[in-house]
Amino acid sequence: MVGILEDKDRIFTNLYGLQDWGLEGAKKRGAWNATKDMLDLGRDWIIANVKNSGLRGRGGAGFSTGLKWSFMPKELKDRPHYLVINADESEPGTAKDREIMRHDPQLLIEGCLIASFAMQAHACYIYLRGEYVLERERMEAAVKQAYDAKLIGKNNVHGWDFDVYIHHGAGAYICGEETALLESLEGKKGQPRLKPPFPAGAGLYGCPTTVNNVESIAVVGTILRRGAEWFAGFGRPNNTGTKLMTISGHVNRPCNVEEAMSIPLRQLLEEHCGGVRGGWDNLKAVIPGGSSVPLITREMSETALMDFDSLRDMRSGLGTAAVIVMDQSTDLVKAIARISYFYKHESCGQCTPCREGTGWMWRVLERMAIGEADPSEIDLLLDVAGQVEGHTICALGDAAAWPVQGLIRHFRHEIEERIATYRSRRANFAGHAIAAE
Amino acid sequence: MPVAKVNGVETEFEPGMTVLQVAEKAGHEIPRFCYHERLSIAGNCRMCLVEVKPGPPKPQASCALPAAEGQEIFTDTPMVKKAREGVMEFLLINHPLDCPICDQGGECDLQDQAMAYGRDGSRYAENKRAVEEKNMGPTVKTFMTRCIQCTRCVRFITEVAGVPDIGMISRGESAEITTYLEKNIDSELSGNVNDLCPVGALTHRPWQYHYRPWELRKTESIDVMDALGSNVRVDARGAEVMRVLPRVHEGINEEWLSDISRYAVDGLQRQRLDRPYVRENGKLRAASWEEALGVVAAKLTAAKPEKIGVIAGDLQDAESMKAALDLFRALGSANTDCRQDGSALGHGPREGWLFNSGLQGIENADAVLIVGANPRTEAPLLNARLRKAWLTGEMEVGVIGEQVNLTFTHSWLGAGSKTLAKLPKAAMEFLTKAERPAIIVGSGALTGETGPAVLNALGALAKKVGVVADGWNGFNVLHSAASRVGGLDMGFVPGEGGLSAVEMAKKGALDVLFLLGADEIDASASKAFKVYLGSHGDRGAHGADVILPGAAYTEKPGLYVNTEGRVQMAERAVFPKGQAKEDWAILRALSALVGQTLPYDTIDALRSKLMADHPTFGRIDYRPPAASFDVASLGKKGDLGDTAFQSAVRDPYLNNPIARASVTMAELSALRTAPVAMAAE
Repeated sequence: MVGILEDKDRIFTNLYGLQDWGLEGAKKRGAWNATKDMLDLGRDWIIANVKNSGLRGRGGAGFSTGLKWSFMPKELKDRPHYLVINADESEPGTAKDREIMRHDPQLLIEGCLIASFAMQAHACYIYLRGEYVLERERMEAAVKQAYDAKLIGKNNVHGWDFDVYIHHGAGAYICGEETALLESLEGKKGQPRLKPPFPAGAGLYGCPTTVNNVESIAVVGTILRRGAEWFAGFGRPNNTGTKLMTISGHVNRPCNVEEAMSIPLRQLLEEHCGGVRGGWDNLKAVIPGGSSVPLITREMSETALMDFDSLRDMRSGLGTAAVIVMDQSTDLVKAIARISYFYKHESCGQCTPCREGTGWMWRVLERMAIGEADPSEIDLLLDVAGQVEGHTICALGDAAAWPVQGLIRHFRHEIEERIATYRSRRANFAGHAIAAE
Repeated sequence: MPVAKVNGVETEFEPGMTVLQVAEKAGHEIPRFCYHERLSIAGNCRMCLVEVKPGPPKPQASCALPAAEGQEIFTDTPMVKKAREGVMEFLLINHPLDCPICDQGGECDLQDQAMAYGRDGSRYAENKRAVEEKNMGPTVKTFMTRCIQCTRCVRFITEVAGVPDIGMISRGESAEITTYLEKNIDSELSGNVNDLCPVGALTHRPWQYHYRPWELRKTESIDVMDALGSNVRVDARGAEVMRVLPRVHEGINEEWLSDISRYAVDGLQRQRLDRPYVRENGKLRAASWEEALGVVAAKLTAAKPEKIGVIAGDLQDAESMKAALDLFRALGSANTDCRQDGSALGHGPREGWLFNSGLQGIENADAVLIVGANPRTEAPLLNARLRKAWLTGEMEVGVIGEQVNLTFTHSWLGAGSKTLAKLPKAAMEFLTKAERPAIIVGSGALTGETGPAVLNALGALAKKVGVVADGWNGFNVLHSAASRVGGLDMGFVPGEGGLSAVEMAKKGALDVLFLLGADEIDASASKAFKVYLGSHGDRGAHGADVILPGAAYTEKPGLYVNTEGRVQMAERAVFPKGQAKEDWAILRALSALVGQTLPYDTIDALRSKLMADHPTFGRIDYRPPAASFDVASLGKKGDLGDTAFQSAVRDPYLNNPIARASVTMAELSALRTAPVAMAAE
């Protein structure tokens, strides 16, 4: 057996698209099985089971999904409730939701129905990333199949009137932030809103709304079918379940794989990806959760477990479980400078620290990448990153600061060497006396 | 009341207050750029970060955080200090720091807060960002490199002014505030964005590079460009008025000011009458005061009392009108009128010509019928208030008159008196079902022959639908002239058998016509001997036989009564130009020459007389509470005819002699009538 998770326990059984993605194929694999019975057990049963399963949001923040659902108003009052699916998967390194929407769309649609029923929403919006064109076509086709089979829509077989709308974004990373996504969905400029109020109080069009990641919703049907205990049986306490992991970078076989939570990072890389290119000793650093989390070193990777708590203890994070592997050939400073450019480019420009700080960090890093900097600027950069972190409206500021902090925390010597090398080749730089003076 | 702790001191607060407000209440200043009391909360500058317990272990934006019972707020911890320093540094890295050549210098929030909360030097070694200038029209000068993207201007223009003309495009570092297509801001409140801008990105274009704020002498005054009586501060340097800025008055202008009130001041330097003139052989020649007054006195005493008359203009202070009224009454003339437009108002109870609900009170109305007025041009700040109330969803508005864009949705019911004679069923319904209905009638509907009949019909309607009820008086007259209510309050209307302004201007009606700053009436047909007392060489002066140079509103102390009946006092900011004198003093001098010496030698004595004769003038800044009155008795029952109501203000930017002398107003007016074609057209 490879990895920890056995085939019989996989939720996404068509992750690689080897079978029929359509409704018939999905039904054969178990989707839409006994959905009506689950709804008949009531919304409290659903929410309790999702809570008990220990499912934590798969979009990166890792907030308990069941708890999030329970924040919605218990009674449907003057305003409708909405479920919004965040399919704006834009985090560099991440490609898990994409596979769900391509190959197992019915699991997502089923999950939407169950979640909407649990939160008394009659409408669900799926906000797709602008670049996901094939995925949009697949989702639209899958939704149509579900409508035609009366699984969703008015007067469907499940007895809960329910509509699914696919909304195609325009390709802005910030629209993956839940409130920016709602703004964009309303037709406004994608800029995060101030919280409070939280979407559960005033979300889409001012109505109670829950925004969930694709994966969080797509696993719900199977969790309820097989039981919360089954799902909770994987991984460590507080980090339960199975998780789609995307491994990219310097491994022999980059892949997407569903694995049990808390799988050791090294086991994940070696058993599923054929190991690090050039052997484990050739490993330099790993970004374990998509570009926004701080990187960890090889030594840390030896013991790291792929779950929220283990990686948080290493001052990194599970994020979207998008593992970016970098071997010794990687110019880390340049790599982080490129990530910094990404955040500078995607900052919405609404609030000051992120708008001004991302550009500053990127410019300093670009200079550091060639060594054209002063050693004191390393501390300056760290300070600037600290001034961005935690001072912004949304988490993009944090996401821009963390990679920089990770780089300096673990690879400060590399920057210093770069600067020293650069200086050694030049007689004339700031701080050095020039002969003529 | 709930209690929170601010820096360890317990502070009571009203439910719904934000952490920022609670901290301010406790006496702790919270720096801010984007937050403004009268705009929506953006929370984007991050300058107001404070530490709050219980809460996450990071600073919170206090402007957007609701205060809660038992909360602990810290405004001076190391974390807060560091956060402020950080934000300040970020704001400054791309700011040009060109304070020495910036018009905002000296009254700049960024400057002040950088001193108070910033670090001592810059650590930024990269190149600074530069942003292209934008065209925002004749009132707003842009210098967008200085912009800190606080979006106050965006929020003001979209929320208060109600035009979607300013916005932020692009994202991240490239974000820019712009008018999208380089178009002018199509709003009569555009100048307020310059006040709101916390940095020098948007400054007053007409006054660009004209002054430094610390050079100016500041005088509290009252605006006369419309009848609202907005509270203003006149800033002068030497003998010249450099600028006019709004003062806060919750009941009138809040803290806004319309463009005409603000930017017409350059007209105070042009076309001024600075010495007396006497017409000789068809031509005006400069004369001495003695000579000019002597000529006038001779004409006045030679003519029969019923053949002399006085018309008061739109910008007059109450004192000069009182002096003119007393003088002409003493001369035995009943021909006195302050209604150049020939409106039917001025008889019956005082409530008949007031904006009874009050400017603030109109926000409480749930149904408003606007008749013959365009509040957007006649009183832009009233229009902003109507929009504010409409935004809450609690007010419906119907219009009889011109079809115009009021910046909020309203139903157009008809063009004129025909609609009023037979009001559509839907219109009746929306007024009758309302709890606090209001009617706003502009002077445009009350002029001409049908004026009294229209007033009567409106009174009847008001009575029928309950516009005047216990504790609510929604019968509102919107005047367009600053002097009008003051004039009507003191009875500056034709006496027994006297002629109205329109009749006085007719051929052969009078032998001597005294125009007290009256420029809006066409007296060219009159063959009378015309005396013009006023500040500007405008329409009234052009046909005058004697010109007596008076003072403009910034050059004399004066009382003005606004459209809601509130008496307000303006101070003198500068002295009258050249040999010009304060208007009342000229009339007092003339009275001695005609042998009817007025019984006051000082302005205080004049005011005492005014207040003794008309007690309503005795209470400054007082607005009478809603009083019930017989609204149906107004006007005269008659045939309504079929006239389309037109707003009394044809061009808001050229509505008085000061505005007509202003270059800025001329630019605005030209853009209004013929917008500049765009390249793509």
